[in-house]
This record gives sequence, structure tokens and C-alpha cells, in this order.
Amino acid sequence: MEYETVIGLEVHVELKTRTKVFCSCPTTFGAKPNTQVCPVCLGLPGVLPVLNEKAVEFTIQAALALNCQIAGFSKFDRKNYFYPDMPKDYQISQYDLPLAAGGHIDINLSGENKRIRIKRLHLEEDTGKLLHSDDLAAAASSLVDFNRAGVPLIEIVSEPDIRSPEEARLYLNKLKGIIEYTGVSDVKMQEGSLRCDANVSLRPKGAKEFGTRTEIKNMNSFRAVQRGLEYEVERQKKVLESGGKVLQETRHWDETRGITVSLRSKEEAHDYRYFPEPDLAPLVISREWVQEIRHLLPELPAAKKARLIEVYRLPEYDAEVLTSSKALGDFFDATVASYPEAKTVSNWMMGELMKYLNARNLEIGEIPLTPGLLADLLRLIDQGTISGKIAKTIFEEMCSTGQPPEKIVQEKGLVQISDEGAIARVVEEVIAGNQQSVADYRAGKEKALTFLVGQVMKVTRGKANPEAVNRILREKLQS
Amino acid sequence: MQLYEQTLTQVHDLLTKGEVTSREITEAFLRRIEAVEGSVQALVTRTPELALEQAQETDRRRQAGEDLPPLAGLPAVIKDNMSTRGIRTTCSSRILENFVPPYDATVVEKLRESGLVLLGKANMDEFAMGSSAENSAFFKTFNPWDLTRVPGGSSAGSAAAVAAGEAVYALGSDTGGSVRQPAALCGVVGMKPTYGRVSRYGLVAFASSLDQIGPLTRDVRDNASVLSAIAGHDPRDSTSAPLEVPNYTTFLTGDIKGLRIGLPKEYLAAGIDAPVRKAVDEAVRVLSGLGAEVEECSLPHTEYSLSVYYIIAPAEASSNLARYDGVRYGLRVSGDDLIGTYQQTRRQGFGSEVKRRIMLGTYALSSGYYDAYYLKAQKVRTLIRRDFDQAFARFDVLLTPTSPTTAFKVGEKVDDPLTMYMSDVCTVPVNLAGVPAISVPGGFDQGLPIGLQFIGRPFAEGDLYRVAYALEQTTDYHKQRPPL
Repeated sequence: MEYETVIGLEVHVELKTRTKVFCSCPTTFGAKPNTQVCPVCLGLPGVLPVLNEKAVEFTIQAALALNCQIAGFSKFDRKNYFYPDMPKDYQISQYDLPLAAGGHIDINLSGENKRIRIKRLHLEEDTGKLLHSDDLAAAASSLVDFNRAGVPLIEIVSEPDIRSPEEARLYLNKLKGIIEYTGVSDVKMQEGSLRCDANVSLRPKGAKEFGTRTEIKNMNSFRAVQRGLEYEVERQKKVLESGGKVLQETRHWDETRGITVSLRSKEEAHDYRYFPEPDLAPLVISREWVQEIRHLLPELPAAKKARLIEVYRLPEYDAEVLTSSKALGDFFDATVASYPEAKTVSNWMMGELMKYLNARNLEIGEIPLTPGLLADLLRLIDQGTISGKIAKTIFEEMCSTGQPPEKIVQEKGLVQISDEGAIARVVEEVIAGNQQSVADYRAGKEKALTFLVGQVMKVTRGKANPEAVNRILREKLQS
Repeated sequence: MQLYEQTLTQVHDLLTKGEVTSREITEAFLRRIEAVEGSVQALVTRTPELALEQAQETDRRRQAGEDLPPLAGLPAVIKDNMSTRGIRTTCSSRILENFVPPYDATVVEKLRESGLVLLGKANMDEFAMGSSAENSAFFKTFNPWDLTRVPGGSSAGSAAAVAAGEAVYALGSDTGGSVRQPAALCGVVGMKPTYGRVSRYGLVAFASSLDQIGPLTRDVRDNASVLSAIAGHDPRDSTSAPLEVPNYTTFLTGDIKGLRIGLPKEYLAAGIDAPVRKAVDEAVRVLSGLGAEVEECSLPHTEYSLSVYYIIAPAEASSNLARYDGVRYGLRVSGDDLIGTYQQTRRQGFGSEVKRRIMLGTYALSSGYYDAYYLKAQKVRTLIRRDFDQAFARFDVLLTPTSPTTAFKVGEKVDDPLTMYMSDVCTVPVNLAGVPAISVPGGFDQGLPIGLQFIGRPFAEGDLYRVAYALEQTTDYHKQRPPL
């Protein structure tokens, strides 16, 4: 039987407010354990939460960027369960009246637009972090770091509109990009400011009813999300094909073993006993405030993409890639500001830059290349100082060292040879040494010319102006 | 009259006239504590060194000519569920027996700024759950009027200490009557302010939507002075009201001409002892004589109050008390694994009444039962609140008994939780509605004090002090001291 995959994602994003959501402790990532804590976020007896207005503002920003409707009336609820990383043994979250609902994200699926609906978006507090040795079962004790406890967190729940692990990755990537544009979060999966759980089920193709779903946790990178989901889809398929039933349960993605393992069954699931948080008043959000926040929103990826197509006449594909992350888009804008050949800039970014970043699994912010350096490099090509081919070598050097291109050209002696006399001398040498190819060319084999150009470039170590080499070689061969 | 027998106002006058120092007052109270604490057992923790230090500090400031707040240099005790920096705060529970908080509750901070002299932390029913002090994990507190009887609860130590002359004033907390009922049983004045009037920051939560801190004092004027000092908006408590606080002593005019007093018939029905009922009638006669208009009225949903309370309060408590898990502070009893540690810690750390309420509350919030219990209770709570709204459209204050009986014998109700819960039948609706109420001495029956309760409109504590003061001026119940 053919099966259809149904996936819904629950994404958690930490907001980068200066202070925590219910107290004044700083939220800085990476501080020494338990140094950013106070009686409130430690849940000492008698403390009370006070809502950080900025966290609500950031939540609304994110929700608007994800095309959600903002609730005029919202409230907080307690989610009760025991866990040692949770100081109060309940989490202040939102249950039946989330801050926002009914949004969507459009993903680009091999040229086609696909809309994934967002069911709800709410604000809650993050938990602390448990630190234990790798082997959880063997560890005699665990340590808890409460620096993260009380950091504002938004949960974004999609509708079950995702049909493959690939779509899930695209959705997550797009979501990350949009949130990054708003500036309300760092959205770094490796630092945990972006986290993703998934609900996965299969159903016979064409069926209306959903199959039994499993919830997959602990997918800590984009790669893990795709791999974890691919594994789970295959696992469920095997269960169904062998006549078995998928059990409703929570499963844990084991990155090293590359499998999902059962964490708890439906029967063992927590009863969270949600009830309205009596320590906080309900939230009343005025239309005016939402409008104010809407005006504060920066240009979002969709608008920026449209602008790149409209203003710079970039192909849709280029515009899509260049706006996929805010850093990339900003880099493009800044480069074009000093070097207006937009398509050339786009080609270099889409080609050499992406190749460099992908090969090293880096992001643009993590390398010393600046828009100014790229613009300088492109001008050197235009001036004929270097060839396009040499420029690629210099580009790589710039990416790793951040040195100005002129300096790299000087130090490595990479200035293009445009002296026609010098080129002519090399051309003559090559013709003299490659009589067979000369004969082939004269017999009408165009390919022989390419070989001869290559020989000239080899002797000049790539520095000869390729356009001059071509012209002089033809002249000499025809004479 | 001994120093320890005097009111806050009297002692304050002696202080400001320079007839006595705070140190002398404090020493007098410390001696009194030495003398009676063995039989009353009001205090979980005593802080004599701190008290003397604080007393000397206010003496120094007074001698330097500083203008000090009214409470400066007056010795007090605070119920042991209010966080005191550097002084253990136990909630009379094994689970917090050795817990020393690193911060002060807002009320404690305010009192420290007002020149607090802290004699100690007062015993209570564990986590404020109880009406007799018999649920304290440490020891029972006894009623100074009759040491074989309970002082009421849960602010048992606070009420007993004031009655026995162990403190000039005390702070208690009131979730369903925990200030007013012990005040009634010990013959002192106890105020439960409007929800939101006094900051709850640092009050160890029992039921967050019901808890309020209130003063226990010898008379109405004292009470008004203390509330004036502790009330007010606190940015650390989102449920505290951003309203100005009047000086409540300005309401003590004795004039209640034209005041409309409602007498809710549901509070005078079956279950109210005859002497208590008689005290209400007597008060009606006196108040009418002073020019008040007294009329019977009805709060029709009163009969559901206890049921509603025993769903909402335990539900909130089950969540509030989850944090006592042995992980970060307080008692830890290690088990075989994490769950085992949770279980052992809570099994040994909590007493049976606390466990009972955690179970009740957990059940009421459980999936499948939430609508039938918690949600329904919230709806009925709204009806109860509306009863009061409607009554206050016609009346300025309501008059009821505080407790259906006078102090009962130690051990008399301890094995029968339902009968024990009935002690709060007159006080619980007030917390559900969030309105203020005061209990004042209203007579004696066989040597045991009777308490009368006045209930007021939200944030109209001034009205309550006005009427309570007028009544008090015609009697001498508040001037009597227990035969200790």
C-alpha cells in the first residue's frame, strides 16, 4: 500500500529580551551555571511572577511576522508536572487562550509554493537545564543549571500540513529565517534558542482520517530533524506493512544510533492539570498596540524577495536564496550599495559564497568576509587587474582571512598579465611546442584551441588576461 | 497595667513621650514570652537578639530626633509563612523545617522600614491548612483563655501571642478565615483585607487567588495602624491593586449614623451556637442605638461556599506545593531514583491534612474531572461574588458571626475534617468574593471570647474600621485579658 506522511511541528523559540519573562534576571547565553538566578526564577517559597512587557511585544512581533491573528484577550495557565529542571514543578504557559493563532508560512517546494498553516503561537517560560554524563542510565546524579529557567519562550504549533521530512526541513528553515528577520530571537539550534518536536503519522494515500501519531523529541539540528523524521516515517511504514499498529507514544531521537526509541506510552503521558495562573492577571491587548508593533516590524523575507525581483530584476530562485536568512539578505543589500551590478553580486553569493559556507558548515556571520571586500574584488575584475578565475582563488582567501583583495593580489603576485607583447611571446612558445594541436585546429577542430589556451594559462600560472590570450592565439594561428 | 498588657497605641504614646524605651518594652515582652510560652506555645522561632538589636536601633534614632513611623520600636511576631531574610521560615512543616530564605516578603520589608522589632515567627497549621493549630508539624498552640482549648487557625500563634501579651501586634494570613477565626477564638481583632490590598510577595502560597495578609491586634485602632503600614501596591505582586492607601485611623470617629448594615440570614441559620447568635443580636441592638440602620438580607449562594472553597483552595495548593520536591531546598529524603526521592521527601515532609488537600486538588484538576469540579466551582464562585455585589448595593457593611462556636477542645475535631471545615463557614465566602472583613470581640461565653465579623465593599476597609470602632467603644470586651 502507498502511504502518505503527515507531520506537524511544535517549534520553541527563545526570545532575546534583556531580562527573563517573570523576573529581572539577565538572559545572556553561556554564563556560569546558576549565576543568572533570583528567588523568583528559582521558585523559592513565596515568590510571584511579574510579566515582562517586552516579551509580550516580541511574541506579538513574531506572531505578526508569521501572519497570525493576535488575541485581544489572553491569559496564562499553569502546566503541572514534576521535573528537576523546573523550579516550581509547574510551567507558566498558555493553554486555551494563546496570544496568537491562525497564521501560515509559505515554503518553496521545487518551484511550487506550498502553504503550511500555523495553528497557534503562545508565550511561556523556559525550564532550567540538566547536566549529566552521556550515559543517562549509569549517571549517579545530575546537576541543574537554572540560568535558562524563566527565559521567555514562544511555542509555534503548525497544523498537520507537512507531507515529508523535506517539507519539514523547509518549513523550519523558513520559520527560522522569518524570526531572524524580526530580530526577536537568535534562533540558533546549536544553542537551543530554536528547538523542534514533531508529530508524525502515516495514512493510506487518499485516506481522510489521520493515522496514529508519535511525537518525536530531541532533534537538535536541522539535519537531525530531517534524519529523525525520515527514520520515523520508515519505521512506521515497516510496522504498518507487517500488519502491526503504530502506538501512540513519545519517542526520543538518538542522534548517534540514528534511531528513535520509545520514551513513554500514551498511558504514561502526563496529565498536566492546566488551570488559570492565579498569580497573573489576564492579558488584554489593544488593537492600537498591535498596530504600533506592526509598524515596528522590519522588512520580512517575502517583501524583501519581491523587492529583489522588482528592483534588481533577479531571478526568483536567486531572490529566494538570498532572502532565506536575514544575514544573507543584509549582505546582498550592503554589497549592491557599493557595487550596483546586482546580478554579478548575486552570482558570486549564490555560487562561490554558498559553496564556501556549505563546505564548512558555516554561516555568513561566522566568516570575516564583508560586503566591502566582495565589492572591492568585483571592481578588480572589472578593471582587468585580475581574471575571473584568479578572483575565485582570492575570494576563498578573503573568506578565511578577511584580507583586502588588493593585498592578496600583491602578496601572491596574482596581477593579471595584460601586456600583449608578453602574452604573444608565450603564445609563440606554445604554438612551437604543440604542432599536432596547431594542425588539428587548422583542420577545423575548434576544441584544439581550448587546449592551446589552457597551455598558455598554464605557463602564465593563470595570470594572463584570458580575452587577450584567445585573440592573440587566433591571430597567430590564422597567419 | 503591665507593658505587655497595653495596646499598640498606648505603648507608642509611652515611647514618644520618652517614658519608656523600645529596649525596655522589648525586654518586657521577652520576659512575658519566657513566662507564658511554655503553656501557650505560640512561637516556632524566637529571635530575642535580633529584637533587642532592632529596639536599640530605633531608640538610637529616636534619641537623635528622627521622626519615626508609628510602629517603630514596637515588638511584633509574624506568622511563619512570611519570608524573613536570614530567619528560618518553616510554614510549620517538616519540609521547610530548616529553610532560611534569602529574601524578605514585601510586608516584612515594609515593617523593617517602619522600625520592626521582631520577637519571633508564629506557629500555624502546616502551610496554613487548618483551623486549630493542630496541623502544625512541630507542636500545638493553646488558647490563652483556656489552655485545654484550641486558639483557632491557621494563624494560631499570631492570635495567641497577641492575646497572651507576647507581642504588641502580629501578622497573620487569611485564605478562608485564618486571621479572623483565631482572632475570634482568642478575643483579639483580626482583619482580612481586600484581595490585592496587601502584597502577597513573600507570603508562602497556599491558595493564590484567596490568600491575603492581615494584622491581629488588641483593638481596632491598633489594627488600623498596622494595616496602614503594610497595605499598598507592590510591583512584585501583579495581583496587588494600584490604589492609594488611606490612613485607616482617620476612620475611627465613632460616628455611624445612617450606616446601613445588612444581616445575612444564611449566616445565622442552623449550626450557629446560641451564645454566638445572642452576641450578634446584642451588637445589632448597640449599633442601632448608635444610629445605624440594620436590616436582614440574603446571600443565597452561601450554602455552596464551603464546597467551592474545598475545590478551589486545594486545586491551587496542589500546584503551589509541588515545588517542595527535595531537589533545591528544604527536606530531602533520598529514594532509589528521582521518583523515589520525590515520593519519600513528600511522604515524610508533609502532614496528613496537607496531603489530603494535595490529593483533593490534584483530583479536581485532573483530566476528565476538571469541568465537573474546578470549572463548576469557579462558576459558583462568580455567583457568590455577585451575592455580595447585590448586598452592597443596599448595605454599607454586613454583620455576621466570625465562627459558629467559641474555642473548642484540643483534639475535639482533629479526626473529623468535615466538622473542622465547618469552623470556617462564616469566613470562607469572604475570601471567595475577595472582599474585606474584620473580626472583633463581641462578648464571652463561659469565659471564652466570641467574635463578630463585619464584611465590607472591596477596598472599603475604612468602613469596617469605622463600624468596628464604634461598636468597640460601647463595650469592654477588648480590654479584658486572659487569666494567664
